[in-house]
Amino acid sequence: MLRVKLFAKARDVAGCPMLEIPWKDGQTVSDLKQLLVAQHPGLGPLIPQLLVAINNDYADDGVVIQATDEVACFPPVSGG
Amino acid sequence: MSQGLHMISLTHSPIDYFALTESVRSSQSGAVVLFLGTVREMTDGRRTVALDYEGYPEMAEAKLAELETVARSKWPIDRIGIIHRLGRLELGDISVAVAVSCPHRKQAFEAGQYLIDELKVTVPIWKQENWDDGTTEWVHPGGGNSKP
Repeated sequence: MLRVKLFAKARDVAGCPMLEIPWKDGQTVSDLKQLLVAQHPGLGPLIPQLLVAINNDYADDGVVIQATDEVACFPPVSGG
Repeated sequence: MSQGLHMISLTHSPIDYFALTESVRSSQSGAVVLFLGTVREMTDGRRTVALDYEGYPEMAEAKLAELETVARSKWPIDRIGIIHRLGRLELGDISVAVAVSCPHRKQAFEAGQYLIDELKVTVPIWKQENWDDGTTEWVHPGGGNSKP
């Protein structure tokens, strides 16, 4: 299982701050986005702008995620 | 740092921007620039009553440290201090303070502008508007799906 932290609107839409996603070796950020929507269809509208962070760094769609990675998903940031 | 401040930190308490500013002052720096982000009442004709700030602390601190490294590669920075507040903030409260010192003013202004501009697009912190009509709304800027 891959543990995925959610923040801000993504967390509100999913209704929880952490999801567990069944995970296979070799799956990527892009795969994660599809699996998130399959589990929580409400996240669909957020996907085009959803940011994915792996081990505290932003990751593009093609990056492979290990089940042991720290993964977080969230909409564009708005601090300041 | 005599005030016991961390140069880069997140806090749920009011920001002591005087102490932060003092922490970047030195006899090596002829210029100190301080930026304070404060909670504004009016946005596009709508009235804010409060903002709720949320962060992803581990990553936010990592990204702030990266910002400091990049800024130091661009300008001859003496000291940098950045504090971002999280939680419920009322009108006029200070949400973020960026202090930077350099030998000369142009460098200090440029570095300060860079730090706050980059913070706003790369550091994982979010604000939720509490409008005066009782509704709430996450602020999630658009701008495509490229990573920051």
